[in-house]
Amino acid sequence: MSSISRFQKFRESKSIQRKFSIGIRLIFAVFLILFSIFPVLWVLSASLNPTGTLATQTLIPKNPGFGNYLTLLRMDQFPFWTWFLNSIKIATITSVLSLAITTLAGYAFSRFRFRGRQTLLKSLLLINVFPGLLALVATFLMISQVGDVLPFIGLDNHFSLILVYLGGAMGINIWLMKGFLDTIPRDIDESAMVDGASDWQIFTKLILPLLRPILIVIGILNYIGTYGEFVLARVLLRSNEQYTLMVGLQIFAGAQFQQRWGIFAAGALMGAVPIMIIYLALQDQIVGGLTQGAVKG
Amino acid sequence: MNSTASQNKALAWMPALPQILKLAAVIIMDAFVGWFIIRLGALGYYPLAAGFFIVTIFVNAILLRKEAYPIRWMVVGLVLMALFTIYPIFFTVWVSFTNFGESHLITKQQAIDQILNEKYLPPAGKAYSWTAFITTQGDYALWLLDVDGNGYLAKPEELVTQPTPGEAGIGELDEKGVPKTIEGYKRLNPFQAATDRTLTQILFGEAGKTIQVRSPTEAAELLPLYVYDAEQDAMINQETGDVYKNLRGTFTLSSGEELRPGFISSIKLNNFRDFFISPALRGPMVQLVSWNFTFAFLSLLLNFFFGLATAILFNDPTFPFKKIIRSLLIIPYTVPALITILIWRGMLNPELGVISRTMENLFGWSPPWFTDQLWAKTAILLVNLWLSYPYFMLISSGALQSIPQDIYEAALMDGASPWQQFKRITLPLLLVAVGPLLIASFTFNFNNFNLIYLFNAGGPPIPGTPTPAGYTDILISYVYNLAFSGSRGVNYGFAAAITIIIFFIVGTMTLFQYRYTRMWEEVSENV
Repeated sequence: MSSISRFQKFRESKSIQRKFSIGIRLIFAVFLILFSIFPVLWVLSASLNPTGTLATQTLIPKNPGFGNYLTLLRMDQFPFWTWFLNSIKIATITSVLSLAITTLAGYAFSRFRFRGRQTLLKSLLLINVFPGLLALVATFLMISQVGDVLPFIGLDNHFSLILVYLGGAMGINIWLMKGFLDTIPRDIDESAMVDGASDWQIFTKLILPLLRPILIVIGILNYIGTYGEFVLARVLLRSNEQYTLMVGLQIFAGAQFQQRWGIFAAGALMGAVPIMIIYLALQDQIVGGLTQGAVKG
Repeated sequence: MNSTASQNKALAWMPALPQILKLAAVIIMDAFVGWFIIRLGALGYYPLAAGFFIVTIFVNAILLRKEAYPIRWMVVGLVLMALFTIYPIFFTVWVSFTNFGESHLITKQQAIDQILNEKYLPPAGKAYSWTAFITTQGDYALWLLDVDGNGYLAKPEELVTQPTPGEAGIGELDEKGVPKTIEGYKRLNPFQAATDRTLTQILFGEAGKTIQVRSPTEAAELLPLYVYDAEQDAMINQETGDVYKNLRGTFTLSSGEELRPGFISSIKLNNFRDFFISPALRGPMVQLVSWNFTFAFLSLLLNFFFGLATAILFNDPTFPFKKIIRSLLIIPYTVPALITILIWRGMLNPELGVISRTMENLFGWSPPWFTDQLWAKTAILLVNLWLSYPYFMLISSGALQSIPQDIYEAALMDGASPWQQFKRITLPLLLVAVGPLLIASFTFNFNNFNLIYLFNAGGPPIPGTPTPAGYTDILISYVYNLAFSGSRGVNYGFAAAITIIIFFIVGTMTLFQYRYTRMWEEVSENV
């Protein structure tokens, strides 16, 4: 009898303990969330604040309005739309082509057996140990030399920037792709091969549809990485209307940052929102990719 | 009948058609690349031309040899990698052994040619008085008279001649001995000639023995000021007899006087020696390297444990609002890093930024985030924490869920305290799962150029360094300044040498990571 009531009490206290612990953790959660989203809220508020300078900003702006956004879109020396479209263009072309390169190479590594296969796979890893950023000087000199002969692959040109980005496509993502392809049973291709299908048909008709999940992860991460890349673009692009959004924003921040804080905030927010939406919408796939070692960019 | 036969004949080589088309495509590609390589060579870009040449040979081999079929699937990727990843690596290695940089930007031959162009007027050289003639097209000729009164005709890039009146269209001489007319030319009066600016820039006579107008009354035969002596590898000044010896890519007098321009030259391991033992650089280098490691290590430690703590806090399948909380917490990670770094720069702005203002109101004091080295470092670690703790939270919560629950039950039976459970079970198992990602994160932060450069451009500056560096500069941002910051005088050679050193540091870390993940073994088993 007494043992049962004691057990009851223990159980009660356990559930109280649990509620208490969840309550504490929720309070922590509130603080953490504040820490995480405060800068974003602050920028949102700055972008809506009509006074527009760093010094006069309050968290809840008086007379909020979209004045900063309109000013930004009308500025001639900071062509926001051009920069934004440049970024979208470069990121889209780079991620699509890079995906094509990765997938084709991954397929060859997974399905064909050839001399030098292991060596090649290993050297891909070794070469990528050398961070692209370190070869910045060499890349810059190289592009400027090529541009002396072929100006459309020279400095201040999107085409050459995309080519340089694609130079990094044969990277760690090939391992990810090959790993995924290895999990697709080879019986599928073998039966198709018996029916007389060519490698290309097997790849496009049978294998490619099965790769959807990994294609999304690698493609999105590559897109986000290219969109946010700043150093190469800063070094290779020279003129105002060729800049990507990240280069443009950095230059904007260098010029009268404090006086035009509101306009900068509007631009920063408009530049960040597309990526934030992609991330939040696809967070489960992206997290899956990150933990497997996919690289952001 | 006949027509079908010829059709059959035509069809007979149809299977070969793709082959022929392919061959044609390869030939067209080779022709174009060949032209491109020749143009590069003509401009003196030999390493690049060689790079393209090697890549072209490789592509031809892959496209034409049957065994290379699997490689064709990745040929585009390999070519781009060879050109834009591997070539820059080799180029960087080469540059690191040279003095490539400010005032050493051209090849030795180009520099010698420029120096040999300098002329001087030898004391014993011939001086003439002159009269200028001009054609309607603007071509000049000079009539020269030496001290003995002999007349000479000098035209640009032509041998100087001594014609008599009547020859070569020369008209009658006036009392000074100057022809009144030259056929096709108009004589300039002394005033016109003295004010004609182009006249003084024209070299008359054949190369090497040129005559130039020095003053309204005098033209003189000029000689090259320098002669290159290949045996001594030196430039010899003809006027003074000084010998300028080639010293690390600059012709230098023993007194230290230098001839401009210098040229790219191998200086062996000097760049690396400067990095390790140059007394002028030692101070900033020690500071840079130690902060570089401290920054990467502290970032990793702080971000990982903060992320892990957050993950543990909400690691409970039944926790309310779990999904929303996670979505809100990863927001910092979803904003492009450049944007968030710039936002933090605004928020921490002294006097004007929200954080500084709030602290000013609360405590009457706010930290000098950008001007004091300790506070600048703190700010950078804080911003980096904000940027990347969500990533560590995500990977840690993934790893936590993969730890089997029954281990904890067994531990509870044995009377293990929560701390013991964490230390003995959670942490070791977690580290196995996320270890490689932690190493990758360390190497990423080791070269986290964006954060350092965008937040405070490496500042506050260290006073009194030969090439300015900042207290928060890491190696890669220092390299960037060496190579791209105009005001500091570019030094590609030294920048490349530091790059190679970073490569060895990062390479060691990454190889360690591959060992860890058994990637090598994975390939070997997978044959």
